[in-house]
Amino acid sequence: MRSFALALLSIWVGAAWASTSEHAAIERGRYLVAAGDCAACHTAEGGKPFAGGRPVPTPFGTIYSTNITPDRETGIGEWSPEDFYRAMHEGKDKQGRHLYPAFPYPWYTKLAREDVDAIKAYLDALPPVRQENRKTALPWPLSVREVMAGWNELFFKEGEYQPDSSQSAEWNRGAYLVEGLGHCGACHTPKNALGGPKRHRTLEGGYGENWYATSLTKDVRDGLGDWSLDEIVQYLKTGSNAKGAATGPMAEVVENSTQHLSEADLRAIATYLKSVPEQKQKAKGPGDDRQRLARGEAIYIDQCAGCHMENGEGQRNAFPPLRGNAVVQSKDPETMLHMVLAGARVAATRGNPSGLAMPAFDWKLTDQDVADLATYLRGAWGNRAAPVPASDVKKVRKSVVAQSSR
Amino acid sequence: MATRLPKKDVVLVGFGWTAAILAQELTEAGMQVLALERGAYRDTVPDFAVDHIQDEYRYAIRDDLVEEPERETLTFRNSLQETALPMRHIGSFRPAVGAGGAGVHWNGQTWRFLPDDFRIRSHTLERYGAKFIPRDMTIQDWPVTYQELEPYFDKFEYLCGISGKAGNLDGKIVEGGNPFEGARRREYPLPPLKRSYATVLFDKAAKEVGLKPFPCPAANTSAPYKNIYGVQMGQCTFCGYCEWFGCGNYSKSSPQSTIFPVLFRKQNFEFRPYCNVTRVDLDGSRKHATGVTYIDAQGQEFEQPAELVILCAFATHNPHLLLLSGIGKPYDPKTGEGVVGRNYAYQITSSVDVFTDEILNPFMGAGSLGQAVDEFNGDNFDHGPHGFVGGGYIALWTTGGRPIHQSYLPKDAPKWGSGWKKAMAENYLKACSIATHGSVMSYRDAYLDLDPTYRDVYGNPLLRMTFDFHQNELKMSKFLTDRATQIAKAMKPRSFHPKPRTGHYSIEPYQTTHNTGGAIMGSDPRTSVVNRYLQTWDVANVFVMGACAFPQNHGYNPTGTVGALTYWAADAIKNQYLKNPGPLVHA
Repeated sequence: MRSFALALLSIWVGAAWASTSEHAAIERGRYLVAAGDCAACHTAEGGKPFAGGRPVPTPFGTIYSTNITPDRETGIGEWSPEDFYRAMHEGKDKQGRHLYPAFPYPWYTKLAREDVDAIKAYLDALPPVRQENRKTALPWPLSVREVMAGWNELFFKEGEYQPDSSQSAEWNRGAYLVEGLGHCGACHTPKNALGGPKRHRTLEGGYGENWYATSLTKDVRDGLGDWSLDEIVQYLKTGSNAKGAATGPMAEVVENSTQHLSEADLRAIATYLKSVPEQKQKAKGPGDDRQRLARGEAIYIDQCAGCHMENGEGQRNAFPPLRGNAVVQSKDPETMLHMVLAGARVAATRGNPSGLAMPAFDWKLTDQDVADLATYLRGAWGNRAAPVPASDVKKVRKSVVAQSSR
Repeated sequence: MATRLPKKDVVLVGFGWTAAILAQELTEAGMQVLALERGAYRDTVPDFAVDHIQDEYRYAIRDDLVEEPERETLTFRNSLQETALPMRHIGSFRPAVGAGGAGVHWNGQTWRFLPDDFRIRSHTLERYGAKFIPRDMTIQDWPVTYQELEPYFDKFEYLCGISGKAGNLDGKIVEGGNPFEGARRREYPLPPLKRSYATVLFDKAAKEVGLKPFPCPAANTSAPYKNIYGVQMGQCTFCGYCEWFGCGNYSKSSPQSTIFPVLFRKQNFEFRPYCNVTRVDLDGSRKHATGVTYIDAQGQEFEQPAELVILCAFATHNPHLLLLSGIGKPYDPKTGEGVVGRNYAYQITSSVDVFTDEILNPFMGAGSLGQAVDEFNGDNFDHGPHGFVGGGYIALWTTGGRPIHQSYLPKDAPKWGSGWKKAMAENYLKACSIATHGSVMSYRDAYLDLDPTYRDVYGNPLLRMTFDFHQNELKMSKFLTDRATQIAKAMKPRSFHPKPRTGHYSIEPYQTTHNTGGAIMGSDPRTSVVNRYLQTWDVANVFVMGACAFPQNHGYNPTGTVGALTYWAADAIKNQYLKNPGPLVHA
């Protein structure tokens, strides 16, 4: 009788322990899902959380994100933890078919097994949503998933993150988050013609959804060279700091992901980013066509100086400075042109809920106007970056769906 | 047949300053809050963005941000003997339509009424005796004191990020501020705006004639500001397009620039645009509201049930809605009985144009960039020899130099042709104007009721306004204009041109959007619509916000006091009413 009671007690205690540890895993998974910004792709605008269907534009065609709720038929409810780990680690689905690297498995492969399991535990705890996945719209031969085996051969290096013992634990944690779950390089690392990351040029700046993601290297003009550790943390926590503000896809990253990270993880990320070496090539000098610069300056005074101020220093906590701004001086001016043409809204976060916005000027400024303005900004107040031809503006104008500001 | 919708805890009628404050405060208390607005959703970008907002023709001439008289208007007459006719154009005041209300297109002049203003009747009787108050003047004490409202004035100022200089810190008079103001607990959140040259000249001249000028309190930020809800504002650029325009720089306080970013993130807040509330619905007892009825843009009628109904529409619309809903007894000027519509009041203004030899650059302005003197406001001076009640401030504002409206020409300048052009070229940069801003007392024959003839697009009777200036106000305004003229002379100008307010009130030319009364607050249900917490005496779950609660109008712009009253009422709702729904004051 006594032993029976003891056995019962141990079962009960075991169950209670299991349920607390399960709860802990789910909560850990929630945090990791935020860190991985899974919602950015897997939640469509106005759609149910994690039910997929969001179009992800790639240079090769549109890919639609998939349903990762635990629905048994349309989601991943039937997937075992092993299936899920294989997807994250090898880029293959439950049936063993290749996934496209729009799903950032080239980064997620670095995740530790227990983190992957926690993510799966969190996703399993979501309400299942029945929503069929949309077919991707890729041209042949990319429409044949087996082609990805060749791509993987060329560009994909499978394997969990291996700590660098010569670096601190904080640095290693930062590297794990940046190179793994955070998949920062998916945008910030340049890609080759086949969409593969240029590994030797990690985080030197790249493209994502009609925006140019600035360099995260030590470069002082278009990188983080000028940013202190605290400034990087503040930017990721609140969406802005004294040097700049997150807009476009980075605003979403801050809103959905980084603002939810712990101070310790943000410091780890900053520590790692501060160690990314400077780019090798020197930036080209600014424009010297006086007439263009004068025209650009006149447009700046009329249209921009009200908020960004005549000296380009912006207004603290409200409007970002353009002097010394990485977006203004980045190698490819696409993001700046995008913002001038279509407007932009700063990330709205718990720490800085305002979401201050800049209007679209596409209806008001010609390609030449915007090019002259950009050229002026890239040489004003000690800024140093190459002039912008009107043809660049024309290209960006075509690719952004500028919303009417009137 | 109205469609019945799911019930809400709180429904707010209208969505300007008062509704935005209440929505923020009551959602904090866990309420499910719905705001019904007759106009559209509007935000700084794109609606007021800097790329297009400085368009005088579109906003000031074509009235793009204000209500359309073809949809919503009122009828007007000067006296009981006349037949009121409908206003078919925007005239002497400009109610807004759309989210943010008139908090979008105001100038940002944010004052506190004087401590004595809140007990004007008692104070006048004490100092001047019963004979001093004309027989038909129906002024009464407020049921709340300045001291009670002080924390709420403070909260509204720190919501808005007011730029100014304290003149009375905890009873200690501070050099450079308004020495006549009521004691305040702390400095303004931001320092005063940088001066325009015209205000510097005014300041010097006012001192020469023995007055104590001070910078006007401004809801235009003199520096970037983070407010009490963590919302960030930018710094005013002196573009000169405040009045009748939205602010594109996040630097004029509005519901958009101070509350929306935090409010619209809340799960327990809902905003519904294009909803015209036509009735507050009452149950059989007529002592309890069940919700409101509204008509949407498609003409569909909806019944929106709610536990608590708060009227937050414009000052003239709230009394209109009370009359249409049958809440409170309509006021009858013949008997003096009834309360809804009683004590409608306004503001009386005049000016002195000043033409200088020096260039003033009037285009560098801000809505509340001004320098003022307060010696002749409230009871800051002995009224005994003058024989009138009330007063006002005298200020030189540099609100802007818009090409169509904001220019001044000497009296003798040609009115058209090349002579006019020449005069304009000679004077545009060298002219400014001193304004007087006077109180208007309440009178037995100044009131609001339902028009017997004219109806709105929904078939409801229009609101009828019966109002005229009385001798007391004209006398007071002349007194202020004379004082302003003395300052103008001391500015040693090329010429000056006093423009006194005389004769009957005309609703046609724009004067100011400072309409007050009609649903006034008081301590006696026989002479007021709402109690000291802005709760209607007759229906305990209906509250009425805004300047319609003022028992009479005092010598300052109303928004500061409206903001303070709203926070005061929000506090009472949160901390008293929700715990024990029912009348908060027993008469």
